[in-house]
Amino acid sequence: MAALIEQVQTSELRSAAAGRSPWALAWRRLRRNRIALAALGLFLLIVVVCLAAPLYAHHVAHDGNVLSPNLNGTTIVHGKVVPVMQEGGGLLKLGETPIGPTWDISHYFLGADGLGRDVAALVLYGGRASLQIGICSAVLCCIVATVVALIAGFFGGVTDAILSRLMDVIWAFPVYLLAISIATELLTHSNGLQVGFLHVSATSLWTPTVIIAFIYVPYVYRPVRGQVLSVVNKEFVEAAIAQGASNFRLIFAEILPNVVSTVIVLLPLMIATTILTESALSYLSVGVQPPNVSWGTIISDGQDLLYTRPWVSLAPGIMIVLTVLALNVLGDGVRDALDPRAKVRV
Amino acid sequence: MLTFIVRRLLWTVVVMFVITVVVFVIFFKTPGVDPARALAGRNPSPQVLNEVRAQLGLNRPLFVQYGLMMKRIFITRNLVSYSDQGELVIPEIFAAAPATLSLVFGAAVIWIVVAILMGVSAARLRGTVYDPILMILALIGVSTPVFWLGQVCNLVTQGKLHNTFVFSWVPPLGYTSFTTSPVLWFQGLVFPWITLSILYIGLYARVLRANLLEIQSEDYIRTARAKGLSERRVLMRHTLRTSMITFVSLFGLDFGALVGGGAILTEVVFGIHGVGFLTWQALQNLDLPTIMAVVIYGAFFIVLLNALVDIGYAWLDPRVRPT
Repeated sequence: MAALIEQVQTSELRSAAAGRSPWALAWRRLRRNRIALAALGLFLLIVVVCLAAPLYAHHVAHDGNVLSPNLNGTTIVHGKVVPVMQEGGGLLKLGETPIGPTWDISHYFLGADGLGRDVAALVLYGGRASLQIGICSAVLCCIVATVVALIAGFFGGVTDAILSRLMDVIWAFPVYLLAISIATELLTHSNGLQVGFLHVSATSLWTPTVIIAFIYVPYVYRPVRGQVLSVVNKEFVEAAIAQGASNFRLIFAEILPNVVSTVIVLLPLMIATTILTESALSYLSVGVQPPNVSWGTIISDGQDLLYTRPWVSLAPGIMIVLTVLALNVLGDGVRDALDPRAKVRV
Repeated sequence: MLTFIVRRLLWTVVVMFVITVVVFVIFFKTPGVDPARALAGRNPSPQVLNEVRAQLGLNRPLFVQYGLMMKRIFITRNLVSYSDQGELVIPEIFAAAPATLSLVFGAAVIWIVVAILMGVSAARLRGTVYDPILMILALIGVSTPVFWLGQVCNLVTQGKLHNTFVFSWVPPLGYTSFTTSPVLWFQGLVFPWITLSILYIGLYARVLRANLLEIQSEDYIRTARAKGLSERRVLMRHTLRTSMITFVSLFGLDFGALVGGGAILTEVVFGIHGVGFLTWQALQNLDLPTIMAVVIYGAFFIVLLNALVDIGYAWLDPRVRPT
């Protein structure tokens, strides 16, 4: 069996050989992996649907803006005009319950939340925020971690020791607690953070993005540094040194291209992680701040309506599971494609 | 071995020191934030502000401020929460710890047992349709936000089905201490345990399966088979035993992270008044002294447990001891 697989692999290599770059080969392997491709398709579909949120909002718009409260609004169910916020039950008619799912795509498909807003439209807008924060923070985290890993691995010695110990300290913090302490500190004063000429307001989506990117840097740094160390003494680097290449060129033109596949393997898995982290922080009220919404804040708001209007928190949760699952499956596929010699898949 | 232990413990002390410095910088030296204002709770009166400044020595040199803070957290343990009627923070944390420990211990038992069963079955059933099914289930577990899973659990057990015989035994949300009523303690924790363990079942089952498959092609496994040992014995005494090294070290890290604050989401969604819930309440009141103390104690617990895991690992597997 093993011999057969080996034979198939060598024949694949031979047929693929002539003049193809490793990237083209990897892409070919990924293209053959139907499950990974389906996952990629699902992820892209979710991204496109969330990007189209304004179109849907325009379609269902009640007062022009889907994100503003609509407590006194009305909608149409089965051709009849009904209020969005319905009177509470019992003799006293205390409290108000938002309208439940109508399953009518143009009128409160998934019902309304506690402020009378259309949940289906909110989920799409929330997806924009969640995906933006997830993707941006994962990319930011990977870039920072890679640069630090390149510097540490290339210069070695004291530089490496200091940077690695620094990463160990960040690593030692409980992830959520570190994020919470930074976030509360930034949220306690409404002016936001002022670093040099950069100003980030407290309610900006960039606050959670930067915090999440920061806490995950060591998780990318470790494997990338390992890869840098395994490349830095190879002959092609020596050859470049012999040609008189500058340190800058050695790092970015010689070593970087040889570690970038490690980063690419990590990227989808990091996006999955950062999306989960964003939703958790938003659930704890230290992530995305109003008036912005994200999947996490919708689930958090939906907690009060859990037993009467479960779809308020069910819908964004299902979106998170689908997105993260797609990214994890895609991540597995990318790893298989880029690193076919890895013995066993996790 | 002794040198290794000493070096590891020294490093632990260094990390702990750096952690306190980092936390101090975050809470006292964030650019543009007045620490007295931040620590004194929501809308503090001028008297409270002055009191905070005096107590924390905010007009004295930096290292004095740092020293005073650490003294309040570790030695005199009289750090005061200003948003919570002057409640002392540290005793509160220790009072909340048993709930967190109950939650994490129970979940750990579930996830170890189920993950081993799942990982071993998937590895044994490789090549059949059950292996990918088990691994997809594990991946779904890894991809589900724990607080949302908790909500779904609550919806099922506390919602309409609560009045049917299936879930009528589930007590309302909250935590009953073991000494008050062991039965209620258990009944109230069953679903939190399951919810918390799902993510780790997924992670551990995947890691264990990969590890088992990797070890299966080792020479000593072939030798064991060649000796004529039964499949069962090869699995139990040779394959599984070796992969337990990875399993145990992973477990130490995750267990530490959960006790040190990682269980916050599960505690919040099920209303279990543990350390995580305390942190969450502090967040709602912007009660920074409590958050600061929880972060430091949580991080210390994790760092200490990591050190113990490393030492245990080196003791089990001499190859990792640096010479």
